[in-house]
Amino acid sequence: MSRALDTVVPRRRGRVPAALLVPAALGLLFLVLPLAGLVLRAPWTTLPQRLTEPGALTALRLSVQTATLATVFCLVLGVPLAWLLARVEFPGRRLVRALVTVPLVLPPVVGGVALLLVFGRRGLLGGWLDATFGVTLPFTTAGVVLAESFVAMPFLVIAVEGALRAADHRYEEAAATLGAGRWTTFTHVTLPLVAPGLAAGAVLCWARALGEFGATITFAGNYPGRTQTMPLAVYLALETDLESAIVLSLVLLVVSVGILVALRDRWMTSG
Amino acid sequence: MSRPLLDARIVVDRGTFRLDVPLRVAPGEVVALLGPNGAGKTTALRALAGLHPLTAGHVTLDGTDLDRPAARAWVPTERRSIGVVFQDYLLFPHLSALDNVAFGPRRHGVDRRAARATARDWLDRVGLGGHAQRRPRQLSGGQAQRVALARALAVAPALLLLDEPLAALDARTRLDTRAELHRHLAAHAGAAVLVTHDPLDALALADRLVIVEGGQVVQEGDGPSVTARPRTDYVARLVGLNLYRGRADGHEVRVAPDLTLAVADRLQGEAFVAFRPASVALHPARPQGSPRNTWAGTVAGVQRHGDNVRVQLDGPIGVAADVTPAAAAQLRLIPGQRVWVALKATETHAYPATG
Repeated sequence: MSRALDTVVPRRRGRVPAALLVPAALGLLFLVLPLAGLVLRAPWTTLPQRLTEPGALTALRLSVQTATLATVFCLVLGVPLAWLLARVEFPGRRLVRALVTVPLVLPPVVGGVALLLVFGRRGLLGGWLDATFGVTLPFTTAGVVLAESFVAMPFLVIAVEGALRAADHRYEEAAATLGAGRWTTFTHVTLPLVAPGLAAGAVLCWARALGEFGATITFAGNYPGRTQTMPLAVYLALETDLESAIVLSLVLLVVSVGILVALRDRWMTSG
Repeated sequence: MSRPLLDARIVVDRGTFRLDVPLRVAPGEVVALLGPNGAGKTTALRALAGLHPLTAGHVTLDGTDLDRPAARAWVPTERRSIGVVFQDYLLFPHLSALDNVAFGPRRHGVDRRAARATARDWLDRVGLGGHAQRRPRQLSGGQAQRVALARALAVAPALLLLDEPLAALDARTRLDTRAELHRHLAAHAGAAVLVTHDPLDALALADRLVIVEGGQVVQEGDGPSVTARPRTDYVARLVGLNLYRGRADGHEVRVAPDLTLAVADRLQGEAFVAFRPASVALHPARPQGSPRNTWAGTVAGVQRHGDNVRVQLDGPIGVAADVTPAAAAQLRLIPGQRVWVALKATETHAYPATG
């Protein structure tokens, strides 16, 4: 498609107006320069040692673990939620869809405060959880997973719901005519059909969970080895050891670029 | 007719549109629902499959009510003994041809090995044994259609439903596939309902035609009787006949206030008169001295029709006439031109409008 368009490019190829070109170039610079700064200022010679420092490794491991657990948590609850939004007509569906997207625009710190109010030791559910099961969520690794899930789930739900809407639901009718019940249809037909969207949603969800800062530090605190994830470690290191902060940031940057590369087939082909 | 396997009265209300189609199909019988787009054919098929609930009426298959709103009887799609071939096949894109066909048997409790064996057998029967591992997107249109047929038949359904099964195919593939489909439909022991807007498909594949227009059955019968005695303009157009309704008195039928046609058949009361466009002759002046029906008409349109020229004429009745290109040139047929229309009584076919 793009190749066919390229052949008609000469018609469009005129002088780009400076009034557009200059701000466009500045905008690009603005986005790229900080990343370049990170790369330029990185202490490349001491990088291996700093990366293998116990603190950095612990934070990295905890980040990957919690982000992965949060993604699993989001998949288990978010995929059925997306299915409900995409496939079932019910009153107030628009409202539910709006509610699902609230964490997207909500400042994460506010999310953290809200989580404390519900799951905190004196929160709506927290007190009951503590009294009944002896489970305390705030300031624990589980709390980190919870905070990350709260912020990341909308990414998954929106991606999967979009994929479900785009998928032809008549395949599900075809499955029914062949004797498949709703659950079998969901697992054997619907899920495979939306697998690419599901994968993209999960990766986005994971990336968002990995970078989560505000809700985590509010709800789960900043305890090394228990709740101190990479972004929290970066923030802490910034006050004591700038180079350490740069190294940790660089790691997160590499992960982010890696995700973009992994998703390039889905979102970067329209160019 | 022997005891029908499928006994249905499909009533579906959709806004102001009401579909009301009685349908009885015997074991081994193939019935075509034939009608223009928007007639409600596909809705009828979906109602039989349980993909659309009935408003009233009933769907009874082999003595069991699948849907009867009055008795609150409802069997969901997945528990009906049906097989459906969809217009665009809807083969699962993530499964191989073999697993598409094995999908039905698997859902009916057959273990994986046996289901695959059944599927392989069906793929062989439709001549695609060598394509078992292909994905749907690697199949041609004709092959996909055959896989879809095999998938629908692999569960040995009591009722086979086909929605425009040949519509998505190009003309050449269509011919081959139609012949093959006919073979499989003839071998199918259950009932089969075919939905199509193509009279050729209907005539070639079905034992009986049910013509649906505007949600109602307007005509029903086997191929020869429907084609010989159309009862609506739609059917007449499908089979390429001129059709008029009028009042008969002996060998004469009054088809317009100022036009009475002499016909070969003898009958009384409400009647149809049908004749082929090729039976209509056109003359520059009033023909004299022959036992013909003649009237003056005006050329409304001229277009090529096969080797001939089809002329649409206005007048006391609108009529289509087929003439040779030479005759068309001689008559200088252009819209607005006045000509005399002649029709031999022996070229007409008149039959009662009732019953």
